[in-house]
This record gives sequence, structure tokens and C-alpha cells, in this order.
Amino acid sequence: MAEDRIRVVLAKLGLDGHDRGIKVVARMLRDAGMEVIYLGLRQTADTIVAAAEQEDADVIGLSMHNAGHLTLAPAMLGALRAADLDIPLVVGGIVPDDDAAGLEEAGVAAVLGPGATAEEVVATIRRVVRGE
Amino acid sequence: MSIRGAPVEELIRRAIAGDRRSTGRLLSLVEAGGTEAERVTELTPSPTGGAHIVGITGPPGSGKSTLVARLIGVASGAAPRPAVLAVDPSSPLTGGAILGDRVRMTGVDSGAFIRSMATRGHIGGLALAIPGAVRVLEAAGFDPVMIETVGVGQVEVDITAAADTTVVVVTPGMGDAVQASKAGLLEVADVFVVNKADRPGATGTRRDLELMLELSHVTGHEDADYRPPILMTNSLDGQGVVEVCEAIIDHRTYLESSGKLAERRHRRARFEVANRLQGRFDRSLADLLDSDPVRILLDQVAAGTVSPAAAARRLAQHLVPSEARAAGPQFS
Amino acid sequence: MSNDDSSHADPSPADRARERWQAAYDRSARRDVPFETMSGVPVEPVYGDAPYPGQYPFTRGLHAGGYRSRLWTMRMFAGFGTAEDTNLRFKELLRAGGTGLSTAFDMPTLMGRDSDSPWALGEVGRAGVAVDTLADMEDLFAGIDLGGVSTSMTINGPAATLLAMYVAVGENHGVARVELAGTIQNDILKEYQAQKEYIYPPRPSMRIITDMVRFTTAEMPKWHPVSISGYHIREAGSTAAQELAFTLANGFAYVEAAIAAGQDVDEFGRRLSFFFNSHVDFFEEIGKFRAARRIWARWMKERYGATDERATMCRFHTQTAGVSLTAQQPEVNIARVATQALAAALGGTQSLHTDSFDEALALPSEKAARIALRTQQVVAHETGVANVADPLGGAPYVEWMTDEMERRAEAIFEHLDEMGDGSILEGVYAGIDNGYFVGEIADSAYRFEREVNSGRRIVVGVNAFTDGNDDSEPNLLRIDQATEDYQRKRLDGVKHRRDQERVGAALARIAADAAEPATNLMPAIIDAVKAHATEEEVADAMREVFGTYVEKAIV
Repeated sequence: MAEDRIRVVLAKLGLDGHDRGIKVVARMLRDAGMEVIYLGLRQTADTIVAAAEQEDADVIGLSMHNAGHLTLAPAMLGALRAADLDIPLVVGGIVPDDDAAGLEEAGVAAVLGPGATAEEVVATIRRVVRGE
Repeated sequence: MSIRGAPVEELIRRAIAGDRRSTGRLLSLVEAGGTEAERVTELTPSPTGGAHIVGITGPPGSGKSTLVARLIGVASGAAPRPAVLAVDPSSPLTGGAILGDRVRMTGVDSGAFIRSMATRGHIGGLALAIPGAVRVLEAAGFDPVMIETVGVGQVEVDITAAADTTVVVVTPGMGDAVQASKAGLLEVADVFVVNKADRPGATGTRRDLELMLELSHVTGHEDADYRPPILMTNSLDGQGVVEVCEAIIDHRTYLESSGKLAERRHRRARFEVANRLQGRFDRSLADLLDSDPVRILLDQVAAGTVSPAAAARRLAQHLVPSEARAAGPQFS
Repeated sequence: MSNDDSSHADPSPADRARERWQAAYDRSARRDVPFETMSGVPVEPVYGDAPYPGQYPFTRGLHAGGYRSRLWTMRMFAGFGTAEDTNLRFKELLRAGGTGLSTAFDMPTLMGRDSDSPWALGEVGRAGVAVDTLADMEDLFAGIDLGGVSTSMTINGPAATLLAMYVAVGENHGVARVELAGTIQNDILKEYQAQKEYIYPPRPSMRIITDMVRFTTAEMPKWHPVSISGYHIREAGSTAAQELAFTLANGFAYVEAAIAAGQDVDEFGRRLSFFFNSHVDFFEEIGKFRAARRIWARWMKERYGATDERATMCRFHTQTAGVSLTAQQPEVNIARVATQALAAALGGTQSLHTDSFDEALALPSEKAARIALRTQQVVAHETGVANVADPLGGAPYVEWMTDEMERRAEAIFEHLDEMGDGSILEGVYAGIDNGYFVGEIADSAYRFEREVNSGRRIVVGVNAFTDGNDDSEPNLLRIDQATEDYQRKRLDGVKHRRDQERVGAALARIAADAAEPATNLMPAIIDAVKAHATEEEVADAMREVFGTYVEKAIV
């Protein structure tokens, strides 16, 4: 009867305070049966790494709306590598298509753009957790 | 290196060496239940005189998480490695959960280990997972280990009560004190905290608690020598938090000097074993009721040819686990 | 008792209202355009019954002549990169005939962090201009006559520091404080509720705002010290009625705080202004704007005792709803923005910013920003809606919607009043503390999202009419990393050149004054910025005393 629930750490990295989207995503994932550890605003790469370790996260989701994704997402990837953490990173928010391709090449597991639907969000999280 | 699929022994070795990922993974195994969870529990026996286990409970919105954050800050001075298990309810519909207490606890940069746990629908599972998780954290060297729960359901109250020291947090007004009394928290509280004491009604709430405590003492509090202190705090600015920390430590000292610590640990052992037995019993009962011969018997009950009481009498003997029947009551 | 003869002798109240309106209309200015349809049919300045536009409670507008006297101000928000970059943009706008500047600051500046802070990584100059010290503010307004423009600054947490810098730049240009005209957003309450750009906890933040209100009332008569903003509440996911109610409740809270600080409600009431969202549900928005004016006027007069009518007028700026813009088929957003701009005009806004169609994808490109401005120019100059004041007034649906918005808002005020034990200010504090506002907003946002996901609510290009979604993205604006490096070097230079002792002393004075609730913080902050203390240093001096605010995670 062992259970395997998907545990997702969701956070806003940096100063960006737009949290409407991430809160909606938190509820979507909860309603899809996942456990969402919501870290909220103004997190650093270090606080996210610490949370991911302690919470044994299956996936980390970051939301970005301030055009800082090209700096912040690679910084997050770097922090995960430095901590030797092999947890997929998903980035959502306002990320233009060409940037998304670059981020995925750099090691981001998936990018969810501004048009992503609830089904896409849930399916993407499940897919990256299963390692497909 | 990936820790998914690493053997339990290896994870425990690494957790003891200070690897937080491994501790995090072990907690997941314990939470998931099943044979791996049992294996973890077997390999992490509670050391004698281990960590100070502190239960913190109170109604939603009473500021428990913020208080815990403050306690972490104060505790870090004396004991360098506090840990927190923050328990929140799962959605009864989907089994999912949003766990947000962590945010309120990370204001203090302390190196504390914080783990969010969802009740996952079945409260019995939580009753097994929490003691198992406490063992893991103790084995990994964390002390104190704080368990934060919303003090509403009986099992959550039991979990909190199984701590060495139980702190009950209420806020002024809103009938918190009365609710705490109804939930049975007065009997198990070792320390009372009236949080947000800057608000109107704080002294009234304190008076209510004193009165109810007086009554419950008369009607038989479990411990006649110890009188739970009632402390006023404002966890937003930290006022009174040092005193709460001192009261928690004083209570532990009292437990040790009075010999009550052994009593508490005995109570905890009873609680944990009872829960494990209950789990086995429930599974055994479910198997029995789903078996073909019993279906026929149940049909007879439904048709009115056998009485429910007679059916239960006939089935009772089959519920004792087979290994126990063979060995008889010799345990050590 | 009624007397038939006297009713012939004296005009009825309705007639008197009409006469008063006529007199006010005759006195008001007139734009030099024909007030007729495009087919040449002349139209009246107003239709329907009393109360007329310009009459209490101002449901039908603040001015007797509506937009015949003056069109709304087309105020477009700008700011990016370094102060020098934005200064060039400002000068272009002024050359093109603009008289108002509107400044967007970057995220570190908005949060009280310098460009060299670890927090600023990747965010310097991206969503607005970076201002660390007075030197940046000097660059931002170099060669601009501060006595001749009005400046709007969209900043909240560190607003006092930016206002101090503006005052210091004015002094260096030889422009006295009394001559400086403009608005600073400075609406901290909605930060805790929606936008989340706060620094200190609510109560000390409120004290800073009260200090600023006192300072500007005494020394800067042309300055608007608070612009109470519902825009961000709506963007965060609230309904129209919640936007209306939370915003006006915040307004009441500032009024109560100012009254408690001994300010005259008629005096500062005139200097308050509002900022609303214009979303895509046309009639709901129009009802919201009309209800806002009526509620504000009634509360200011009846609850707070304002006697000067100007102190009861709800003046507002409007911006179209950024959150309504879709990443799919972005050009379709132009139609959404046009509808929203039309609603704002029909609702009687004083000024308007129209969003660029590419904002769901990136910061607005120059072309997209131009189209946005052109959109409101079409509404203003081609559609004829500016010919008649409150042209929808009296329509049963519009009047019902206005009443309904008011009813829903009043129910929320009642709840806040209860939470605050008879004080809206205390009710707002309580609602921030217990998560009422963020919880309500998150619930509304999620309900909307579920409706879209289930297909119950159609959003063109998102869950219907998706042919064309695969078209390539339009050209997007990019801010390159060089800005961040440049700004850090610049800050480093300023820090090396300044008198460290003077900075230290000025910061110590801020901390000391912060600990003294009766002392106005503005003089110490002005002193510090003149010594080239950085924005973050000033904020730190107050963080030490006031602490910082961390939001509870209400999802």
C-alpha cells in the first residue's frame, strides 16, 4: 500500500511579485492529486535548494514574469548542480518562444508559456517527473 | 548521485552523516508506508534520552507557524539542529495538498530542517508516519523535533499528545480557549500560549484558560504536580518567545527529574504500537470481510436468517493474526 | 406642506439642478471641435435627468462639460534601462507635445534594493528604470524643466526616498518645492493585498505615508501624495466588485489615518486620486467606474465629514487590463484594448493608459506602444463618445449595474468595518493580517481560470477560435545584460566619490527619527539622498527599526 504522490516545490525566485499565475498553478496541481510545497515570494536559489532537499521534491516549478528568466533560470540550474541535486526544473510565466528553446537546451526540463492550459501544466509536471 | 532507489541502509548511513537529501528521502519512504517504511523504522530505533519532542497545536490562524519560526530562532542558540514536521490536511476530494507553512518558518535563517507533511486522507496513516518520521529525524541528529498540527481532529490531538512536551496555542477572542477545551487539549497541554497578545481580549482569554485549567485540575488532570504555565506572546515581534522556549525546556527538566519522562515515552510507545496493531487489524478485517465464505454469511445476515451479533461472534476468532495464535502471549 | 402656487413661483429641485448644471456648463471650457455626429447631426452636451454631470454624488462624472471641456489625459507609462535611456525617451515625449511624465522603475528600485544587491540579479533596468542614488535621478531629469512638467512616479515601498530625490533634483535645478507638480503612487495597502512590492510591515509603512502627506501638504501644494490603486488588485485576479471595494476601502483607510494624524479632510481629500483597471466585460466596467464616484462622494461627505465638494470627487486614472491579453494570436489584443478603452471613456476616466498588444509576451515594443496610443486616439477623436457627458446615464441596464456594483462594494465595506470594530483602517489591517484580501483574490482568480479551462467562458484564441495560434511571435523588445553591468559600475563610482561620514551620519539620523513616531521622516531622508546615500541604504536604516514584511502563503 505504499503511495507515490508527486511532490512539487513551487517558488518565485528573485524580486518579482506577480503571483497570480503560480497560485492558480498550485491549485491546479493540488486538484490533480499532487502535494504542492508552496514557498511563495522572494526566494533565492539557496532557499529553493534547501526546500527541495528537505521536502524530497520530485520537481521544482518556478514562475517568472519580469524578463529575468535568462539570468535567473540558469542561476537556479547552477545551484541545483552545485548541490548535486538531480531534480527537474520547470519554468512558467512570460517566456518568449525563442528563450524557451534556449532554456531547455541549458537544462530546464520544460517551459510553460503564458498560454499553457491546466491540462498542459498537469501533463507536463507528470511527464518530467516520470523522466520522459 | 541519485538517491532514488538507494538502499535504506545507505540512506540512513548518509542521513546520520548529515546529508539532508537522504533524510528527506527517508521521510518520503516513511510517509509512503508499506514494507520500505517498516524497514526504515526498524533501522532507526529511538535512542534513549533522544531528542526533545515538542508538539505544537492550535486552531487555524493562531500563528503556530510564526511561533515555530521564532522558537527555531531561539532554540538554535542552545541546540544547533532543530527540525520541524509541519502537518497540513490533504484535500478530501483529490488527495492533493497545498503545504504553505514552510514560508512562515523560513524567516529565520537557522539551518533548521523543515518538512511539510500532508494528512493524505487517511488519518491512521499519519499516525504511523509521524512517529516514523520523528525516528528518522532523531537518528539524523536533530534536536528538538517539533511537530506542528492543526488541533482539530482526535488523531491529530493524539499525535501531539504523544510528544514529550505539548504546546497549545490560542489567540484572543473567537472562543479559542473554549474550542481547545472541547477538543480535549486542556488535558494534554503542558504549556499554553496566548499568541497575538497585543490584541484586545488577550487577558480575558488568559483568564478563561486559568479557569478551565482550575476546573480540569479538580476533575483530574493527569499530572497533579505540574501546573501548565500560560504565556503571552506576539510572534510577529517575538515578544514572549524566549519565555515559551524556557517553559518548554523547564517542562523537559521536570519530566526528567520527576521520572515522568519514562512515563511519557511509555505512553508514546503504547500509542505507536497500538497504531501499528490497528493497521494490521484493519487489513486483516478487510481481508476477512472480503473473503468468499464471509460473503455468504453476510448474505444470510442481510436475509435475516442469521443475526449480526451471531455473525460477529463466529468471525471474531478468525481475526487474530495467525503468527500470534501460534506463539501465544510471550513477547520478549 | 405642498403648495401648488409656490411650485409655480419657485422652480422644482429638478429644475434647479438643471439650472445649476447649465451655469456650470456655460462657465466651463470648450474644445474647439464640432459637437455633432459624423453625419452632421448636432448633439446636446448631456441627456437625461438630475443629478447631472458635475453634481454630487458625481455618478455621471466630475465635470459639467464632460470631455467637451477637456479630453482625458493620454498618459503612457514609460521606463527602461538606465536613467539616461529613459531621459531620452522623456525628452522625445515632451518634444511631441506631452506635458506629463510617467515613470516606471525597475524591480530592485521598487523593492528598495540597489543594482549591486544579490537580489537585483537579472532584474536591473528590465521592467523599468534603475535608480540607486541621487546621481541617477539627476540623469533621469537632466535638461527637463521640472517647474513646467507634471511627473508621475509609480513607486510604493520606497516612495519617500524617491520623492526626496525628486525634491533634491528640483533644488539643484533651482525649482522650489512649491513649484513641483506630480503624483507618487505611494499606495502601500494594495501591495500587501495584491502587488506584493512592500518592504516594512503595514503599520510603519502607514506612518511613512502619513509623514509624506503632511510634508507635501505643508511644502508641495501641487503634489498628489497617494494614488489609490485598484489596478493591481484586479490584475491579481479579483472581480470588478472586489477591485472597487478593496480600492475604496484602502482610500477610506488613508483618510482615517490622515484624520487621526490631525490633517484636515477637506485639505488632503482634494489631493487624493485613484487608479482603476478597465477589463473586458464592458457594462460591468462602466458600472464600476460610475459606482466608484458615487460611493466615494457619499462616504467622504457622510462618514468623514468633508464639506468641500472637491474633497469628495473621485478622480481616477485608468489602465486597460494587462491580464486580459493573450499570448495566443497577440494581435487580437488590440481589439480587447479598444473595447476596454471605450469602457473607460464611457465611465468618465480622467486619464488613460492603453496596453500594448504584445505584453503577454514581453515588455512593449515601440511599435506596439504606438498602436496602443493610437487606439485611444481613435476612441477620443473618431467615435464621438467624447461629445456627450455620461452618454449611457439613464439606461436601465447601466443604472442597474451601477447600483449592483455599489451594493456589492457596500457589503464588503460592512465586513471590513466589522473586522475593524468600526474602523475601516483597522479592518484593512486585520484583512491583511488574516489573509482575507489575498484569499478572496486567489479564489476569484482560480474560479476564472477553471471557467476558462472548462470552456464555460470563452477566451478567443485560448479555448476557442484557435486557428492561427501557430503564427510566429511578433518582434519583441529585449533589454540586454549590458545595462546591469553598466549600472553596477556607475553605482560603484558614486559610492567611491561620496563623503562616507556624511552618509553614515545621515543614515543614523533616519534610524533615530524612525524610532520617534512623532518625528516626520522626510527631512532626514532628503538629507540622506543629498549625501548620495543609496536607496537600499535608506531602506536598511528603516528596516532596522521597522522590520520587514513576509507574506503568509495564502494560496
